[in-house]
Amino acid sequence: MYVAVKGGEAAIANAHQLLADRRRGDRSLPAISIDQIVAQLGLAVDRVMAEASLYDRELAALAVRQARGDMIEAIFILRAYRTTLPRFGMSVPVDTAAMKIERRISATYKDLPGGQLLGPTFDYTHRLLDPSLLSDEPVAEPTRRAADESAMMRVSDILAGEGLIEGDGQMPEDHVPGDLTREPLEFPLNRDLRLQALARGDEGFLLALAYSTQRGYARTHPFVGEVRIGEVDVELDIPELGFAVSLGPIQVTECQMVNQFQGSTKNPPQFTRGYGLVFGQSERKAMAMSLVDRALRAGEFGEDIVAPAQDEEFVISHSDNVQATGFVEHLKLPHYVDFQAELDLVRRMRAEYDAKSGIDKDGAREAAE
Amino acid sequence: MDAIKQNTGMAMNGRKRAMGLLARASTAELQAGWQSIEPKPEVHPVRGPETGLVMVRGRIGGGGDAFNLGEATVSRATVRLGSGEIGHGQLLGNDREKAHLAAVFDALHQRPEHRSVVDQLIGAVERRIHAEDRKHAEQTAATRVDFFTMVRGDN
Repeated sequence: MYVAVKGGEAAIANAHQLLADRRRGDRSLPAISIDQIVAQLGLAVDRVMAEASLYDRELAALAVRQARGDMIEAIFILRAYRTTLPRFGMSVPVDTAAMKIERRISATYKDLPGGQLLGPTFDYTHRLLDPSLLSDEPVAEPTRRAADESAMMRVSDILAGEGLIEGDGQMPEDHVPGDLTREPLEFPLNRDLRLQALARGDEGFLLALAYSTQRGYARTHPFVGEVRIGEVDVELDIPELGFAVSLGPIQVTECQMVNQFQGSTKNPPQFTRGYGLVFGQSERKAMAMSLVDRALRAGEFGEDIVAPAQDEEFVISHSDNVQATGFVEHLKLPHYVDFQAELDLVRRMRAEYDAKSGIDKDGAREAAE
Repeated sequence: MDAIKQNTGMAMNGRKRAMGLLARASTAELQAGWQSIEPKPEVHPVRGPETGLVMVRGRIGGGGDAFNLGEATVSRATVRLGSGEIGHGQLLGNDREKAHLAAVFDALHQRPEHRSVVDQLIGAVERRIHAEDRKHAEQTAATRVDFFTMVRGDN
């Protein structure tokens, strides 16, 4: 029997008022603006966009502010918002070869065409706290140098020229890319659907899995063929016009992970690949995604499935932090009736146990105290 | 390619280019363009302005088959001028007013008497974007690694 219990309206309203107060904090300090969050906490904004699976810097920054900087809460808020919007269509696939490069590095070729471009990286910083950021000291304009603005060759194309690397992933003819926002997941998944899930997956979870493959749990001998960050154009077909038009640029991070050889009776030995593509500037996530993508292709290459990172159902079912937090955090919601039932049960079991073992109840209570 | 096909192709490319640049125009640029038009044309809304989502697709491995990367907010509008031309505006983000203005300029671009005003606007947008892109490319180029080899003394 269900018993409806009501109550707590006033407590909830006051709790939300208190949340708003604590979020605003000390009123003698200026409130942080959305523009400031976009401009100065850009990588937090990028993470929220990537894992909410919604590219919109302003809304992501609003979510960060509303969530008081709690990233998963911000991701949750932005995910919830996206469900209120109609979908206009699918873009033409973005062309990362035509990316306007902001950073591009390769760990496999020193002198690759276009060169190693470090861009705005934390690499090679000493990770020492910078006291100059305690105050608002002026920041110098970046140095400039003549640039080659032509499209930059992908590292995978260099190896492809020699036939030493597997091609870009092909799906069967007439395959329509799967969309996990429209259909429930059914395992096993195709690689396209896995990539969609990984692209929105929790960075921490994917990082840990990627790390586990390096430590020996599904070793894939990876090299970063290339990481590139920059802007790509999003184009949408306009049916009324019969051609695609540009909607503007988005920033993405792409990682081509090159992994050890595979050969079979059909294919000569060649490098295999894992692929990562993420909204915004998020190199760690793109690298982790590419490692996990490769690990999840174990079945395709006839590798033994021995480690968590190779287990598709395990990885994909637990990579979404909104789902994960929903289920973990629901435990704090009232379970009074459930718990009463369990309490009754354990009392009965305890009574039977005590009766059977003949322990004096008062004695047991004394021992417990 | 025969001449007619080529002309159609050029007109299509011209409109595609113009619409792409209108999508990247700032609110200030669009409003300044609108101010410069006198007398104001009659504009009827056909659809929107409205905000929705476009599923952004990537390619497996960078160049393989498509997969769904994630969605982006997009605002769009369709308008009809009193003279009958239909204009479409569509751009990333939540700014419905911008989408409306972009649609108006797309429609005006099809009218010979307004073409030069719209061309000026999109020309200015294009120059601004080129300047910004160049600046970013040059700043990135300054972070290019120049490797050098240490010459060893032992022959």
